[in-house]
Amino acid sequence: MGILIDSNTKVVCQGITGNAGSFHTAQMLEYGTKLVAGVTPGKEGTTVHGVSVFDSVFEAVKSTQANASVIYVPAPFAADAVLEAIEAGVGLVVCITEGIPTLDMIRVKKYILNTKTRLIGPNCPGIIAPGICKIGIMPGYIHKSGSVGVVSRSGTLTYEAVWQLTQRGVGQSTCIGIGGDPIVGVNFVDVLRLFQEDKETRAIVLIGEIGGSAEEEAAEVIKREINKPVIGFIAGRTAPQGRRMGHAGAIISGNKGTANSKITALKNAGVNIVDNPADIGEVAAKIISYL
Amino acid sequence: MKLYEFQAKNILKNYGILVPQGKVISSSDDAPEVFREIGCASCVIKAQILAGGRGKGGGIQFVNTPSEAQTIASRMFGSSLVTHQTGLKGAEIKYLLIEEAVSIKKELYLAITIDRSLQMPVLITSTEGGMEIEEIALRAPENIIREPLDILFGIHPFQLRRITSKLGIPITPSSKFTNLLIKLFDVFVKNDCSLLEINPLVITSSGELCALDAKIEIDDNALYRHPEFEQFTQYQDFSQAEVLARRYRLSYISLDGSIGCLVNGAGLAMATMDMIKLHGGEPANFLDVGGDASLEQIIQAFEIILSDYRVKAILVNIFGGIMKCDVIASGIIQAVKEVGIHVPLIVRLEGTNVNAARKLLNESGLNIIPAKDMKSAADAVVKASNNGYIDR
Repeated sequence: MGILIDSNTKVVCQGITGNAGSFHTAQMLEYGTKLVAGVTPGKEGTTVHGVSVFDSVFEAVKSTQANASVIYVPAPFAADAVLEAIEAGVGLVVCITEGIPTLDMIRVKKYILNTKTRLIGPNCPGIIAPGICKIGIMPGYIHKSGSVGVVSRSGTLTYEAVWQLTQRGVGQSTCIGIGGDPIVGVNFVDVLRLFQEDKETRAIVLIGEIGGSAEEEAAEVIKREINKPVIGFIAGRTAPQGRRMGHAGAIISGNKGTANSKITALKNAGVNIVDNPADIGEVAAKIISYL
Repeated sequence: MKLYEFQAKNILKNYGILVPQGKVISSSDDAPEVFREIGCASCVIKAQILAGGRGKGGGIQFVNTPSEAQTIASRMFGSSLVTHQTGLKGAEIKYLLIEEAVSIKKELYLAITIDRSLQMPVLITSTEGGMEIEEIALRAPENIIREPLDILFGIHPFQLRRITSKLGIPITPSSKFTNLLIKLFDVFVKNDCSLLEINPLVITSSGELCALDAKIEIDDNALYRHPEFEQFTQYQDFSQAEVLARRYRLSYISLDGSIGCLVNGAGLAMATMDMIKLHGGEPANFLDVGGDASLEQIIQAFEIILSDYRVKAILVNIFGGIMKCDVIASGIIQAVKEVGIHVPLIVRLEGTNVNAARKLLNESGLNIIPAKDMKSAADAVVKASNNGYIDR
């Protein structure tokens, strides 16, 4: 069945009247996602691609029983949008917005700890259960339903890996981009545990990058708790120290966050590390064929 | 955005934190006058660069007379300071900070940064000031105190008591130190810092706490709500390419190799650089045009890559997801025609309408080499950068 979303997931889109919100609303509807409501303060009563717009998430949830939210709100207002969704009792919040100040996200993280809501992102492509539900900005057609769980810190690199899988006939159970910022909602560890419990997922592809210690923490959990095969790739082996590689989180500071430290930790945990990003699909296909 | 020491110290001063009396100059002719203004027997001249390790590199010098100040300043201006953080090229010295020489009784280390594992700000302090934190971590890890800070509450009084007791430093009254910690966290939060480091914080012979050095990094994502930092950007050492990249919201980092890269998405851009290296080449840059780049952004991206004279070949790697590949191909063709590209251009497109895109590129009559996948693209661009034969 995959993780976090299914055919009963009803989505409210925050920032639905903006360019990105409106465009991706059409894309999600076309994919078959049950996108039941939109929110833009001051635009209640209008519709976007046939979806009713509300002034607040609270009103939208009350009218449509939405249980997930996707956020395309501009960065200065995005943290508030996340808090609004949490307060309205939405169980899964997917924040696509890029460029949210780090301290805003630290406040959100502190707040969300005492709630039941799960946050994916920010600065992420979202989550997709192929053929069932797509919440985010990833192109739907590159995915195929199957048994590989994909979790990644990046966007287009994930599309690349997924496309390589699909072209080899290897489908995915759920693909999640956890986001490229220093502070994110669900992390590798959370998603790995969910994949471990999920009956449909038989193997896991983990795509990490330089910066932080999320991959090292993932390695610890893989060693102790995950008995499904994990295929890993770490981007940024050639990145110099002290320069931010596009993502706010992708930076090597001092001797922390290097690709080598991550690769070593993952290898020690039994992860099949792929050196060349062009080989992710092939290696995964081979491992799946042995299962 | 990294701030210079003099900019960081101005911020600290505004929050009532003591810093040495001083002034920044951009010409050595001003040095004697500033020396006299400060009115101390001895001054220190500090090179203003956006990297650490200045002392060992000769970027911090003591002077005792106005004329000595001028001599040393004129020697430092325009020269490049090489430290372990600058790379071999070093950093050009454009500004000098002249300060009173403070008499030091004890040096401490103090910093606030973001702990990404805890997902909280963390205060790091040690009695081993003056050294870099990595060095302290190696030599005396037991002397490093880490205290996670609650962004909603601020520093709790019990944490302040714990820190002062662990540090065991002879500051009386200790409220002097705890007040400083509270002020520092205030600076960190109100200015959206990602790093605030005072190393060393000194206890002067008269028992005052003084920030002898200051390093601040501001979260770029938060700059929109800090118009007061706009005045700083004129000093910051951005290259022409970086200025252009900032204007067109491209993420660009210049590197040392000969292969220009133009990629959509940061993760894919890093993976592309890694692949070039695996195939025996060296990337000249990191360049992420973003998930949904416009034609104008792609044209500017080519301009930026080509402004680097070391670039011998260019690799375009685009995963066309929501954007269709044929649209991107037309964009590339138009960009090539407008910019005029004089080095081999290898284009790897994947995604929606990719066949139409390849056809467009093939029929454009331009010197564009289409690659069918990432591996052959990397292979072709490395060969091209070595003036090798390319198998189409």
